Amino acid sequence: MTVATYQTAMMKIVTARDEAPDVRTFRLQFADEPDRARFFEKYRVGMFGLYGVPGAGESTFCVASPPTRTEYIECTFRKTGRVTAALRDRELGQAITFRGPYGNSFPIETWKGRNILFIAGGIALPPMRSVIWNVLDRRKEFGDVTILYGARTVADLVYKDELAEWGGREDVRLVTTVDPGGETADWKGQIGFVPTVLEQTAPASANTLAVVCGPPIMIKFTLPVLTKLGFGPKDVYTTLENRMKCGVGQCGRCNVGSVYVCRDGPVFTLDQIKHMPTTDM
Amino acid sequence: MKTLDANKLSDLAAALAAAGYRVVAPLKDGAEVRMKEWAPGAAIDIGPVPVNSIKEFLFPRTEVVAKFSLEGNDFKPEPFETPAPKTAILAVRPCDASAMAALDKVFNWEYKDDPWNARRAATTLVSLVCTAADEDCFCTSVGGAPDATAGADAILRPADGGKKLILESLGAKGEALVAAAGAVVAEGRAKADSPAQVPVRFDAKAVAEWCAGNFESPLWREVSLGCLGCGACAYCCPTCHCFDIQDEATRTESVRLRNWDTCGLGLFTLHASGHNPRPDQASRWRQRVMHKFSYFVEKFGILACTGCGRCGRICPGGMAIAQVCKEIDEARKAVAK
Repeated sequence: MTVATYQTAMMKIVTARDEAPDVRTFRLQFADEPDRARFFEKYRVGMFGLYGVPGAGESTFCVASPPTRTEYIECTFRKTGRVTAALRDRELGQAITFRGPYGNSFPIETWKGRNILFIAGGIALPPMRSVIWNVLDRRKEFGDVTILYGARTVADLVYKDELAEWGGREDVRLVTTVDPGGETADWKGQIGFVPTVLEQTAPASANTLAVVCGPPIMIKFTLPVLTKLGFGPKDVYTTLENRMKCGVGQCGRCNVGSVYVCRDGPVFTLDQIKHMPTTDM
Repeated sequence: MKTLDANKLSDLAAALAAAGYRVVAPLKDGAEVRMKEWAPGAAIDIGPVPVNSIKEFLFPRTEVVAKFSLEGNDFKPEPFETPAPKTAILAVRPCDASAMAALDKVFNWEYKDDPWNARRAATTLVSLVCTAADEDCFCTSVGGAPDATAGADAILRPADGGKKLILESLGAKGEALVAAAGAVVAEGRAKADSPAQVPVRFDAKAVAEWCAGNFESPLWREVSLGCLGCGACAYCCPTCHCFDIQDEATRTESVRLRNWDTCGLGLFTLHASGHNPRPDQASRWRQRVMHKFSYFVEKFGILACTGCGRCGRICPGGMAIAQVCKEIDEARKAVAK
């Protein structure tokens, strides 16, 4: 027999792209059409999955491609441990296991007509990339789009091709920044930490909502800046990235207070987070 | 009423085994009494509270949830067994039987866990009324009682000063079990002994209320100083259910295993980045207490502690959740004054 909850789909690696040191993006195709159909019936931006290599285990990453592109999914991960090393060792044409999508999603249907400010740091652009592309694939439905993206160094910026594409579009305002000391001689973006650059470059908060993804330290210093700029707590969205094993609200690992990040999240508004024990995040 | 002699439990076990049940009972195991699979000749002892809860017979310490054959870089899903044998668990303490409600919630609140549900359906729980309690027992502090029937399919009541047992069915599964017991139980008369007296040691509702406003209290550090982070309390706990998922492989085969885990261990929440949301035993103990007394109640409407007292009996550091709750209750009263 099988255990339905942990049954995986077989995915074939169709492209692999190195984004930054130790950071790689896979484009994955479902080996079986029913698995693909089931996935896209449920998938909305913000949801995540468990990617695995039998013998090594499973790891949790967001789905980095939007639901508007239904032939494949993409994931971006950094090699840090046993599973991510095994994933990275997989070559084009080889298979990995996948289960999902899990979790809640960004309520982008309620964002129509509004301006959107995306703020991301480092390896946290992938969870936001699906939202960005979903919005750009339906560009006319939304107002002004601003993307503020920062990393420690120029080398650590992921999706460099897409940054160039977004930067070249007239209907997108892109601001990139690297931490002081992380710039190269030909760096044309900003130099400074994300919260500082945000304060200098943010659009007006009227009719604007903000989506923030980044390391805990960046989130901690960015949220007060947004509040100062006039963004209401219900207009600021972020994702929590706790450790997960089951993805289905049972293993108890991702809990923050009574919240299961895997089922009640990973997307939360600042308003929701205010009522959660922040030292448990 | 159906009765049997208290020293005839092995006959009951034998009759049930003959009727096709896997029988689990409290068995003498060296100096301890442990819930174990019964086999002819095994000595059943319903005196002390067994060192382990019954959860491992429904939710094993480790079990396969996926299997693959491996060949070079290729792999293929393979079928595997998730055994759910027809099982009778005898002399289950009321605190263990009532823990089923909590685990039923976890394994069904959104996604349904096939192995848990298959084993629950195949298992008949025969409770035993406690006529004695030790200083670690605290079921009455968490809404239980030494003669509670919640979660049980049948119940054994000690009678005539411990010489007899009255077997009472509490539903269809219990009736089937009584029928399978056959001549081992007979119509008779016996006077049920009084259940144990278990004093109330703290106010569980007040503990939850205190927790809500004291997430950063220094008391968490104080009460957790004795904790070695060994996890024994979670493994003997009838409601603790947190688990890990790990792959284990040979060159030709890989299994994905679900293993018991616990919030008391440092690696439980450690991120790949090195960040750990719960970096010390104080935050882990806070999670342990609040999960059982606040979060679980908030999410599922019931406590995730049944007062069995095992964590207190087993802890090498001399800690006990009942003692921690009592200290919280006292801290609350001190503030209220």
